Amino acid sequence: MPELYWLPPPSAWREQLREFSESSEPAWSSAVALANLRLDFSKTNALDTIARRHFDSKAARRKGRHVRLALLGSSTTSHLHGAIRVAGLRRGVWIEIYENPFGQYWQELCDPTSGLRAFAPDTVLFAFDAEHIASALDDTRSKPGSGDALQDMAERLRACWRIAREELRCRVIQQTAIPHHAHLMGNNEHRLPGSPANFVSRYNAALRSMADDAGVDLLALDDRVSSDGMDGWHNPVLWRHARQEVSPAAAPFYGDLVVRVLAARMGLSSKCLVLDLDNTIWGGEVGEVGVEGLTLGQGSALGEAYVVFQKYVRALSQRGIILAACSKNDEAKALEPFDRHPDMVLRRDDFAIFMTNWNDKPGNLRAIAVELNIGTDSMVFVDDSPFERAFIRHAAVEIAVPELPDDPVAYPRTLADAGYFEAVAVTMEDRERNSAYRQNRTRKLALANSENLEAYLRSLEMVLVWRRLDSLGLQRAVQLIGKTNQFNLAGRRYGESEIAALMADEKALVLQFRLLDRFGDNGVIAIVIGRIGKGDCLLDTWLMSCRVLGRGVERAMLNVVAQAAKDQGAGRLIGEYIASERNKIVANHYDKLGFQPIANTVNGAMRSTLNLSGFTPLNSCIALRQG
Amino acid sequence: MDEAQIYAALRDVFADIFDRDDIVLNASISAKDVSGWDSFRHIEILVAVEERFRVRFRTRDLDALRTVGDLVRLIQHNALAK
Repeated sequence: MPELYWLPPPSAWREQLREFSESSEPAWSSAVALANLRLDFSKTNALDTIARRHFDSKAARRKGRHVRLALLGSSTTSHLHGAIRVAGLRRGVWIEIYENPFGQYWQELCDPTSGLRAFAPDTVLFAFDAEHIASALDDTRSKPGSGDALQDMAERLRACWRIAREELRCRVIQQTAIPHHAHLMGNNEHRLPGSPANFVSRYNAALRSMADDAGVDLLALDDRVSSDGMDGWHNPVLWRHARQEVSPAAAPFYGDLVVRVLAARMGLSSKCLVLDLDNTIWGGEVGEVGVEGLTLGQGSALGEAYVVFQKYVRALSQRGIILAACSKNDEAKALEPFDRHPDMVLRRDDFAIFMTNWNDKPGNLRAIAVELNIGTDSMVFVDDSPFERAFIRHAAVEIAVPELPDDPVAYPRTLADAGYFEAVAVTMEDRERNSAYRQNRTRKLALANSENLEAYLRSLEMVLVWRRLDSLGLQRAVQLIGKTNQFNLAGRRYGESEIAALMADEKALVLQFRLLDRFGDNGVIAIVIGRIGKGDCLLDTWLMSCRVLGRGVERAMLNVVAQAAKDQGAGRLIGEYIASERNKIVANHYDKLGFQPIANTVNGAMRSTLNLSGFTPLNSCIALRQG
Repeated sequence: MDEAQIYAALRDVFADIFDRDDIVLNASISAKDVSGWDSFRHIEILVAVEERFRVRFRTRDLDALRTVGDLVRLIQHNALAK
């Protein structure tokens, strides 16, 4: 069934809707936010009812973001109004709709006193069902000597378009027909001139060139049917029962399609695609596994899926979508695959800007917008991480952030289905856009804005669950110690037997940390190993998975480690940083946690110390729990 | 799903569509007993019920549909037929 699967599902829907309904000062922004959830037919209509009560009179005065749409159809379309209006809200456009009395679109167009004329639309959408189209076949048959049925139909259409454009001064959108007739011959249906199925498919084909000649935009329902399946779009029971050609269950998608075309004409389509890198355009984290370890290209189906996604993105950029990269990485590391990986399709030159650093992503996205001189509301951000996606939605509601399926093979389809980049024409300028941005770019970036970070982190309701490592956690600990490169202070690699020995050692403190948040369990994400001796606790190992970077987990960890070390009789913590090629991001880790550097280095280790007697736990958004 | 469970689930469906928690459902209730139950809401109910109960109604089912009791029987038969 066609649904808005790239939008996040609603939670506590009825409470949210009620709050919006009962608000004495209903905010347009709340309506827009509610419309940007994955709503089905009933929820869409419920939101529409309330939004109309709140905004119908006021919103009419919203300048430039207002459409008066005449929906002229040959069958029932009233069940689609709510979905069109809510899709308008989704893009900040208020839409008023007029529908012709059942079946009478032609009379309405011609009659100077009709309700249609009084409504004074600025856009007309012609929605003709397949039976209505195919009736041209019967008309032609019953009038011997008349011309080709398709020609007749084309003449009728052109007359409709002409009146709408020239007399009503409207922009015209023509819906293609849902081809729901049963075939009479089969695979070679096109050889039977009198077949309704054949006729409707020829009609849909002819519409393409006719519409281009007349300056009419299409609403390609036939394409949607071939991509989503007939059952989702057309329910023959309801067609008979209520003359609804478009199935009500598909109404939310239908509404979105209509508004995409309107939005494209109003210049409201998204302009810029911002991509995360690791696990979004290639498999694996380049900072962890290196260029050679990435899953990309020949050799695995998964690697090929990333290549196909890159090809899709590149084709988007070639038709005028600006590309930007936003990734938590060292820039040199992040750029390496572009320079060295043989299967990379995307080149550095395809991107207008690279924003690769360790700042939080909402700030980075704003910086990209400033740099490119575009609004954040024309950006689409694609990231495989649910954490980052939710963070952007929380901190910058105007940025479109699609839910991604967890299989990259479906990424291109998801972006296409979401319709962010709907366009009605392609210009030379579109084709040159990326190079223009590239030439203008400067590397001086605005300071990242992280004012919202703390509020966001609090809203995550994070809990750090810690315990002394036991045999249950041993395998995960071995894995983390073996593969963590970036957030790894000393880089000591212990094998299973060595860790087992440490677990048994009373003078060793071996801790594992698991992070929970409202999205679920992130699993065991950090390990600390301390060695107790002479009143000190030497932090021999401190490492953490990059998945949870930037959430303040290390501060909460320190509170646990300090207490545990005290309990073992230690008076000081001693931190060790041993620089490697990949762990630059933690060079100042212990400084940030309040440790004082010690002058002497031991075997290349930079040491610093924290006095435990005067230690007060650090502020943290993360609750602690032993278990 | 037994009859009581179907009624309970139907109450949720109706509460969402009519945005009211106080709708009483029993076998004899029909459109004229619930304010706002017009032909548009009727379709909304059918679509929501198809989705909620994973059933598909047939043309003859809809022609014969008069009361909530009819709807519940349809859901039961549909579910059995699967």
